[in-house]
Amino acid sequence: MSQQTQQSPAIHNPSNTDSGLALTDVSLELGDGAQKVRVLDHVNLHVPDGEFAAIVGPSGSGKSSLLAVAGALSLPDTGSVKLRGHELTTLSSKQRARHRLQDVGFVFQSGNLIPSLTAADQLRMVNLLAKGPRNFDPMPLLEAVGMSHRAKHRPGQLSGGERQRVGIARALVTKPAVMLLDEPTAALDSARSHEVVGLLAQRARDMGIATVMVTHDHGMLDQCDVIYEMNDGTLTRK
Amino acid sequence: MFLALRELAFAKGRFSLMGAVIALIAVLTVILSGLSSGLVNDGVSGLKSMPVSAFAFDEGTKTDNAFSRSVVEQEQVASWSEQPGIEQATAMGSSMMNATTDDGTQVDVAVFGVDPSSFLSPAVSDGRQLGAVDGLVVSETMREAGVEIGTVLTMDRIDTELTVIGFTEGQATFGHVDIAYAPLSTWQLIAAGQAPAGAPTQQDINGLDFNYSSVVALQYADGAEVDLAAGDAAANTTSKSLSESFNSSPGYEAETLTLSMIQVFLYAICGLVVGAFFSVWTIQRKQEIAVLRAIGAPVRYLLRDGVTQAALLLMIFTALGIGAGLGLGAAMPAGMPFALEGGPIAIAAALTITLGLVGAVISIIRIARIDPLTALGGNR
Ligand SMILES: Nc1ncnc2c1ncn2[C@@H]1O[C@H](COP(=O)(O)OP(=O)(O)O)[C@@H](O)[C@H]1O
Ligand SMILES: [Mg+2]
Repeated sequence: MSQQTQQSPAIHNPSNTDSGLALTDVSLELGDGAQKVRVLDHVNLHVPDGEFAAIVGPSGSGKSSLLAVAGALSLPDTGSVKLRGHELTTLSSKQRARHRLQDVGFVFQSGNLIPSLTAADQLRMVNLLAKGPRNFDPMPLLEAVGMSHRAKHRPGQLSGGERQRVGIARALVTKPAVMLLDEPTAALDSARSHEVVGLLAQRARDMGIATVMVTHDHGMLDQCDVIYEMNDGTLTRK
Repeated sequence: MFLALRELAFAKGRFSLMGAVIALIAVLTVILSGLSSGLVNDGVSGLKSMPVSAFAFDEGTKTDNAFSRSVVEQEQVASWSEQPGIEQATAMGSSMMNATTDDGTQVDVAVFGVDPSSFLSPAVSDGRQLGAVDGLVVSETMREAGVEIGTVLTMDRIDTELTVIGFTEGQATFGHVDIAYAPLSTWQLIAAGQAPAGAPTQQDINGLDFNYSSVVALQYADGAEVDLAAGDAAANTTSKSLSESFNSSPGYEAETLTLSMIQVFLYAICGLVVGAFFSVWTIQRKQEIAVLRAIGAPVRYLLRDGVTQAALLLMIFTALGIGAGLGLGAAMPAGMPFALEGGPIAIAAALTITLGLVGAVISIIRIARIDPLTALGGNR
């Protein structure tokens, strides 16, 4: 199932690292002294605009760390991380925060919504932080993830699947260039998972977003364009 | 404000509990401030209303109760009159006495003997000025004990009878006791132990050879810088500015110190309690803050939002508490030394909010140390 999907125009030239997200020769060590762990070991990954890539691998193999580096949450020890040709590893922490806000859509395990905000306010909050349009309307995005009828509900009143959909809508507010998903279906049953991932894959392709999804759930893989496997910090394409 | 307001609404229960504590602290600050103003009034309102710049006590007089302890001679008064920068210096006698009114009511008075022709002669709101040998001008507040113009106060033990001829303008108390102004010579008659039973007369005074009084009251010339140390050296006195002399009013220092200490503790408690609350609150928000920071929310935005929230909470509930405190204060029984004054209450409110904010800010700063990476993944 690798590289079978050709719907996205950006994939015409997969070697062009000016498209999408490109990690080149990225290494990262965590901890210190005897506890030092090589979490990422010379990782190369290129996800062009509109491609939906999955990463599988055992727990502790470095998948979350890879997402953190790809999303400019943490800096690698060596190597380069580029988004649409712009180097991220040389940015200041403030610039990286702005980059995450504008260009990265994170979807976390179990949604990680803000407990005090309604579904609509989750989206408004991101728009406000990103200094988006004043007349921003969260309803079309909630509509797109099938959550407009729950716009005024807080996370505590939503089911796991509903929270995850709101989380996806929230990640899309700033029309990001990359979406990074860390086990987005871990808290969902398989029917729900399928639905959520299907939604994601479709939105990502429609909007030309380079998407990386870490998952444990092999049932999800048929929806992905490319599959990588992470093992002890090394990434291999399947 | 976006997040701050929604969180206040979301965690209504927790914030109301914290708010209730803040409001109660504010109520206490109002009551303490009222008590302290009341005690100050009761202790030294008589001194405050005098047109005096400083008092000179006999050299080496112990501060506590110095007004009745000190004894000065006429020469010391004269010496002070000649000091540069002193507009006027006059003798004043002071003693605490027990008396009984016509109808048998027992009253305590601070008898202040002043020269009726001097600047110390009190302004009168009702009745006549000081002058008659057996005439007293007493504090307005003595009306509460049923005293009127014409009421005769009989001094206990010596049975000297003095008649109320006027009331001061407003409260004039000293050491929690109403002041009764008497002519200096009448005071000297009593102090010398030569006051007759019944009303004293001019003849009694003429026969008196007694040149002592308690203190020298000093009034500076306008804008003059007076060298008190030089005057003290010349007159063998120990002088104190008017406000320093308050500590010589009986009990004044102990009371104000005690109350100040309680207030200091209260503000410290306010800071600590609000700090502890926001510390727990920030820890509870750890995950959402990590998520917001991972998404890219600037730390400054989150800090500002948190501090705004604390400020709103403090301002709203301090205002409620002050309101409740004022209500309670208005209901205080009349005999209690209690006075609600705008200035001290405003300061109390400002301190409650400021100290609370200091506590909150120290806790909220934790936001800057929350690692956005914790937003990712299950095993993180
Ligand atoms: N702050 C850290 N210090 C030291 N080791 C860490 C730290 N964070 C993660 N690790 C280690 O890095 C490895 C990779 O972690 P992670 O990227 O979370 O793996 P995954 O998401 O694949 O489960 C694990 O062995 C983990 O214990
Ligand atoms: Mg992980």
